[in-house]
Amino acid sequence: MISALLVMIGISLLLGAVLGFSAIKFKVEGNPLVEKIDAVLPQTQCGQCGYPGCMPYAEAIAKGEADINKCPPGGEEGIRKLAELLGVDYKPFGEGAGPRAKAVAFIDEQTCIGCTLCIQACPVDAIVGAAKQMHTIIASECTGCELCLAPCPVDCITMEPIGEHIGNWKWTYPVIPLIQVAAK
Amino acid sequence: MRTLYKFHGGVHPPTHKEESTRTPIAQAAIPSRLVIPLHQHVGNRAVPDVQVGDHVLKGQIIGRPEGRLSSAVHASTSGTVSAIDMQLVAHHSGLPDLCITITPDGKDEWIAHKGVDYKQTPHTDLRHILRHAGVVGLGGAVFPSDMKSYSNKHKIKTLVLNGAECEPYITCDDLLMRERASDILRGAEVLRTLLYAEEVLIGIEDNKPEAIASMRQAVLDGNHENMEVIAVPTLYPGGGAKQLIRVLTGIEVAAGVRSTEMGTQCFNVATAYCVWRAITYGEPLLSRIVTVTGNVDHPQNYEVLLGTPVDELVKQSGNRADTNRHIMGGPMMGVDLPSGAVGVTKATNCIIEGSDALFPPPPPALPCIRCTRCAEVCPAELQPQELYWFAKAKDFGKTQEYSLFDCIECGACAYVCPSQIPLVQYYRFAKSEIWQREQEAQAAEVARERHEFRAERIEREKREKAERLAQKEREATAAREAFTLAQALAAKQAAELSAKQAADPAFEPDNTQQMRIDAAIVRAKAQVAAEHPNNTEMLTPQQKAEIAEIEARRAHIREMASNAGADDEPPKSNKDK
Repeated sequence: MISALLVMIGISLLLGAVLGFSAIKFKVEGNPLVEKIDAVLPQTQCGQCGYPGCMPYAEAIAKGEADINKCPPGGEEGIRKLAELLGVDYKPFGEGAGPRAKAVAFIDEQTCIGCTLCIQACPVDAIVGAAKQMHTIIASECTGCELCLAPCPVDCITMEPIGEHIGNWKWTYPVIPLIQVAAK
Repeated sequence: MRTLYKFHGGVHPPTHKEESTRTPIAQAAIPSRLVIPLHQHVGNRAVPDVQVGDHVLKGQIIGRPEGRLSSAVHASTSGTVSAIDMQLVAHHSGLPDLCITITPDGKDEWIAHKGVDYKQTPHTDLRHILRHAGVVGLGGAVFPSDMKSYSNKHKIKTLVLNGAECEPYITCDDLLMRERASDILRGAEVLRTLLYAEEVLIGIEDNKPEAIASMRQAVLDGNHENMEVIAVPTLYPGGGAKQLIRVLTGIEVAAGVRSTEMGTQCFNVATAYCVWRAITYGEPLLSRIVTVTGNVDHPQNYEVLLGTPVDELVKQSGNRADTNRHIMGGPMMGVDLPSGAVGVTKATNCIIEGSDALFPPPPPALPCIRCTRCAEVCPAELQPQELYWFAKAKDFGKTQEYSLFDCIECGACAYVCPSQIPLVQYYRFAKSEIWQREQEAQAAEVARERHEFRAERIEREKREKAERLAQKEREATAAREAFTLAQALAAKQAAELSAKQAADPAFEPDNTQQMRIDAAIVRAKAQVAAEHPNNTEMLTPQQKAEIAEIEARRAHIREMASNAGADDEPPKSNKDK
């Protein structure tokens, strides 16, 4: 009787020690779910979700404070991926909150007065310039977040849609054309 | 007799090669305009090196190579640059790309050019010549040849020359081998030298007996050693590089592995010919052999200047009214041209004029019945029916698990499909979708890094500013503390002194120091007085009185001057600037 009790206590102490040790040794820094959510988000850092960047939005989703349909640049596919990741139902975009065509910002260099306000607003440092010097966008780094539009005092920044060209063209999903075989 | 190996699968579509092989290669006429795309090769687009209105000579570089993987583009004949703009090009998308349009002057005037002896020239120079001569793989892949003609890491044993030409209708390599065999072999020698390859194997499908005979004769005539012309069985797609290497050497080039890693390198016969012309004669790649066939009166092979509009070329073979499409390349892998105005490029081996009679529109696709005939013919040993299934469901992860990117898009699966499913289209869709996602993921990663860096920078700047402020604050506090400390010390000393005096009225403060200072002041005063003698001892009292008066006046003026100087600053001299 006593020996059985001792064996059981011994086992539980041992396992407790192992668990306690591994909790310290293999401690995961930060919330891995946040990183997974952040990996799905498009990293435009546009703030259209109402959070100051993709990481804060990911943190809010992980805490259950934010909906998964608040990221227009991610598109519907982004929502689907989030839904799959979090094991929740797909939720469509709200009214008028859908994704827009991809675009890059363009500075009309004739109008630019060199105030540096857009440079301070750009979340990915994609604007080059200095005080009283003309600014310009590094198009390849621009995420199209539109955050530079509002601060510009002379409204010289416009969003130029990225059209289809040979470099970004892709094959479309094959569709079988429907042919009307008999007149109505 | 050499042992040949087999690759998996393959199909036997009707070859349709006889039509265009009845007559020798003809020289196509200089067209009314040349539309020369700047992106005719794998890699970076060439950069325009001319301006609109410039007169260019035949062989002049009009697009210089940009970056490591790129190739030059030349004016195919002499004339005037009439436009540098977006024009339709031979591409699946049917979208325009940057082209240089030249209006020929009809003189066909060459730029000064001369060749080199490849045996006397360093290999880097030879590769430089190839790059600037615009030599790219003419089998259809248009990979810059200079990038393929070296191998630092791996010993190349076998150089494979590809004359298989497995796709139906195309006969340009066949005619080239019949007519220009010796130059092809000389080009092969140049490539062999560059690669330090031991043997050269030339694979030609056995439906081209004339070409095989001509090449064998040329090997004998040219005394080429370790070079063998091998007839390989006619089986589509036996002209694929991996398939031909497999058939000739038995080496299976695995997925994601380059053939050089397996000790082989493969060039098209037409590429070898162009290498020879570029090295020995200094002639850049300005023209190529193009088969014009299909729905035309006289199917024929032409030597065509690059940039010749397709409809002007086809006209020379007699086009027919019911032609409704132009296919560049073969019927299995070719590109439907968006217009007849598209210029011939380095990749254009064949133009097939299509009509409804020749290529009836495909019947509607039926459901897959999973007969796996596609798997039987797949030369890459894939499971096309599974790939189709996952691509259709847009399950791109699964398509990659089933090695989608090993698909060479040969179209054998779609050719045998009893349900007429356009399988290759599904694979291409899946591939480009995966590529796009990868690019987007990369862009997102870059954006994330830039954003994090920016946040860190802002944080750092804030920290540094705070540190600077704190430093200043510390300095000010230190100064204040030092001042208070000194005051306190002085007060303490005074207090101690007064305390001692109070305790002992007879106490003389320990003023040896003070006395020393006083003595020093007295000494200094005496010294000053000694240094400025008044020299008045010898004067009369009247004179002394006059001097005293003058001294008093001087003192008064000095006093006035020092008062005025304190009130307003003296005017600045212009010289100070």
